[in-house]
Amino acid sequence: MNHILKFNLNGEAVEVAVKSNEKLLDVLRDKLGAVSAKFGCGVAECGACTVLIDGLSVRSCITFAVEVEGKSIVTLEGLQADGPTKIQKAFIKHNAFQCGFCAPGFIMSATELIEKNPSPDEEEMRHALSGNLCRCTGYQNIVNAMNEVAEDNRKEAGK
Amino acid sequence: MKEVLKVVGHDAVRLDILEKVTGAAEYTDDIAFGPNLLHMAILGSPYAHAEIISIDTSEAKKLPGVRAVITGEDYPEKFGLYLKDKSIFPVDRVRQVGEQVAGVVATSYEIARNAIKLIKVEYKELPVILDPYDSVAEGAVLIHPELGNYVIEPWLEAQPGTNIGHLRRIRKGDIDKGFAEADEIVEGEYHIPHVAHTCIETHISVSKFSLDGRLTMWNSTQSPHTQRNIMATALGMAHKDVRVVAPPIGGGFGGKAGISMEVMAAAGAKSCPGHPVKLRWTREEEFYNSSQRTGLRNKVKIGFKKNGKIIAFKHEMFWDVGASAEYGSNVVNATGFSATGPYYIPNVYIDSKACYTNNPTCSAYRGFGYSEFSFGIESTMDKAAKIMGFDSVELRRINAIKEGEGVAYDVPMNPNGMIECIDKVAKEIGWGIEEKSDDPNKIIAKGFASVWKAPAMPANESSSAFIKFSEDGSINVMVSGMELGQGLLTVMGKIAAEVLGLTLDKVRVELPDTDRNPYEWQTVASHVTWSCGNAVKRAAIDAKNKILDTVQRAHYIDKSQLYLEDNGVKCTTQDSFYIPFSDFVITGIQTEHNNWVGGPILGSGMFMPEYTNAMVNPETGLGGHPMVHYTVGAGAVTVEIDKETGRMKVLKMAEAFDLGKAINPDLSKDQINGGFVQGLGTALWEECIFDEKGKMLNDGFTDYKIPTIVDVPRDMKPILVEVPQPDGPYGARGHSEHTMIPVMPAIANAVANGLGVRITDVPVTSEKVAMRMNDPKYKEDKKQL
Repeated sequence: MNHILKFNLNGEAVEVAVKSNEKLLDVLRDKLGAVSAKFGCGVAECGACTVLIDGLSVRSCITFAVEVEGKSIVTLEGLQADGPTKIQKAFIKHNAFQCGFCAPGFIMSATELIEKNPSPDEEEMRHALSGNLCRCTGYQNIVNAMNEVAEDNRKEAGK
Repeated sequence: MKEVLKVVGHDAVRLDILEKVTGAAEYTDDIAFGPNLLHMAILGSPYAHAEIISIDTSEAKKLPGVRAVITGEDYPEKFGLYLKDKSIFPVDRVRQVGEQVAGVVATSYEIARNAIKLIKVEYKELPVILDPYDSVAEGAVLIHPELGNYVIEPWLEAQPGTNIGHLRRIRKGDIDKGFAEADEIVEGEYHIPHVAHTCIETHISVSKFSLDGRLTMWNSTQSPHTQRNIMATALGMAHKDVRVVAPPIGGGFGGKAGISMEVMAAAGAKSCPGHPVKLRWTREEEFYNSSQRTGLRNKVKIGFKKNGKIIAFKHEMFWDVGASAEYGSNVVNATGFSATGPYYIPNVYIDSKACYTNNPTCSAYRGFGYSEFSFGIESTMDKAAKIMGFDSVELRRINAIKEGEGVAYDVPMNPNGMIECIDKVAKEIGWGIEEKSDDPNKIIAKGFASVWKAPAMPANESSSAFIKFSEDGSINVMVSGMELGQGLLTVMGKIAAEVLGLTLDKVRVELPDTDRNPYEWQTVASHVTWSCGNAVKRAAIDAKNKILDTVQRAHYIDKSQLYLEDNGVKCTTQDSFYIPFSDFVITGIQTEHNNWVGGPILGSGMFMPEYTNAMVNPETGLGGHPMVHYTVGAGAVTVEIDKETGRMKVLKMAEAFDLGKAINPDLSKDQINGGFVQGLGTALWEECIFDEKGKMLNDGFTDYKIPTIVDVPRDMKPILVEVPQPDGPYGARGHSEHTMIPVMPAIANAVANGLGVRITDVPVTSEKVAMRMNDPKYKEDKKQL
């Protein structure tokens, strides 16, 4: 049975007909064109589908679409209304990704972390990103980029 | 005068990083195909080996929304890259769990999945073979009884009437005499399980037969032209009417080389003309139905002289290639030629056998078999060092192959920096310096390994490239080498920029589209920097010559005095002479007579190694030149091991590879870090676990653990060595796969060095280390384990 779902996507009010068993990831990708969130496993093991729901990182592949009624969702598309964020700029500078398929998920998890804790130490940061799998990079450049963001935020806070 | 390089050899931001970090990159599944899109689902076999008695699709066809149901009756022919032993959908029997028995195309994926459940298949179970030793045992059930009738490449040696899909032998020198003259003989027997590529993007194909009969495929692939060739040939279509588009790919690692599930999407599309048909693997299907890395059981026997020199080397390899050897046969072939490791050895005996089993089909996987066989060689080398009283790094130095010395198939070794790699890794890891843990329950140990690898290719593999200028003097480089994440776009762009005097911001490199971009064999074998790079360099030189001709004709300056720099043309004899490309590369140059000379500047280039020859004597493996060159390297780890639980933490890694010339040093180091971590997973945790019926018990990331950001060493030291490859662009050769190869033996050697226990079967899990560390059966000082 179709349900008319209303929520906020990347700052815009959206209305979309969904079935009760439809997953948020499929609705975002197939019905709303927000394709930055990726399908990697379908069971919340790889993190490629990570989006923010009311600021919290969530695996959209196991989230029923109907659960987000009235909530505010941000995908990678919506992060950069004013151009690349500080985290994105650091990832660019450090060549943080190779194939890039995991990148949107990583950026969403990293965004949540930095919102909560602007200057995490390296182990806190690794812990926060441990639910996002990358098969290409060995993670070193992701760590380097995030350390730079944290250091920069530390300096700014000290000013 | 030494050429001063302005772009090549300097670090740069990847050409594709912006599209990946902004989410702009459109992977295959991200492309909008409109409301006409249909979805496909596949029925997999529950049995590892069974005859198909009947398939009843009548109920599935009745389900509303179903557009087509396809079985082997519709496609009886076999396909494959080197050995055509694979069915699109099998007619007679299934040979692995999950093998695709039927496909359904429907208006939604949900309907297609529901229809699959309505298909009734009657099977008769056959005996199951899951181990290569059982595969070659006398009286074993034949998995491919019709092996002798398959179409096969002339350089493969199938053994009809057995389960051996290919046998590669090397018989160099006199092996018996060699062992008779040896002062010490050390042996070992090893086992490597299947592992999986686990690209984060699963396989996907969207295929469409237009109403005019053309086939277009959007595939997540490393091999667009190879796929076009296979599809056109199989369908009896003109190549020009088959188009394969390669959107950005979410990981390859060999798993998306050749062709696999894409044929099913095309079969689905053939039944529904005018509709794009999407087939996307689930994660479970990705484990079963794409391909896995070859398993291996191998026996290594090395004879040494007192001075540490290897005099005789025998290596028997029984490869578990799974249900099909269509691509795995080439893994077996390549390793058959190379399974000595990077050592000069006068007497060599190698048997490399592709053993069919009822495990999932194996094909290319980063390292192409070299990780698997190097584990046994490097473990045996360490054992030998201990027995003979050599430092294990020194034993590798003593035997390191030098330029001009004969490899296993007796062709001279290319220039290489093997000793430099060994020494730099030993120094970086602090070889010989003892380290102690602060925790009395833990020890710190180090392990080392030397490796090599050659690209495994048909003798006439080739690459080609087009370059076209635009009005503003920027260029589009068109190649069909694929950006897998390894940095191909950046490397090709830099080579073109270097030749053409362009800054990198003027360069764009296009992903493959067989309608538009010129031919490339495949992006595999770590060979595109070398092969495709040569083609791009020649295309750039072609464009450069046209530019110089144009300027010479317009300005009456001899072109020997002209050179390209700063996005334009300069002159060695007139300092003030400078014409920016934007002035003329499309419009040409206006002369004093007001006519125009020149026109749009285009360049084309191609490369094929003309010295290779795969047609060796099948009895000896000699008489040909099957490999183009080897890239050598070494790796070492520092591991902290808990003496009670066996739990291991890799504290540091150092790896060095001789890549001839680093076109982009930072990206090359990234390959070392990434390859090391992928190797770390296979060394410590990764293993496809099957029950006795061939069902995989860990087909998800919860049970099949790959390294996360918390699992990796905090100290990673990638090292680049540059001994130029004579026929490489700017001296470059590939090194991306190689970075995985040292990891498994380095870890096992560290465990042996620290605890005196030799683990001969990977993964080297904490559980194995804990269970065996006090078991005399696994004591390191035994000559044979």
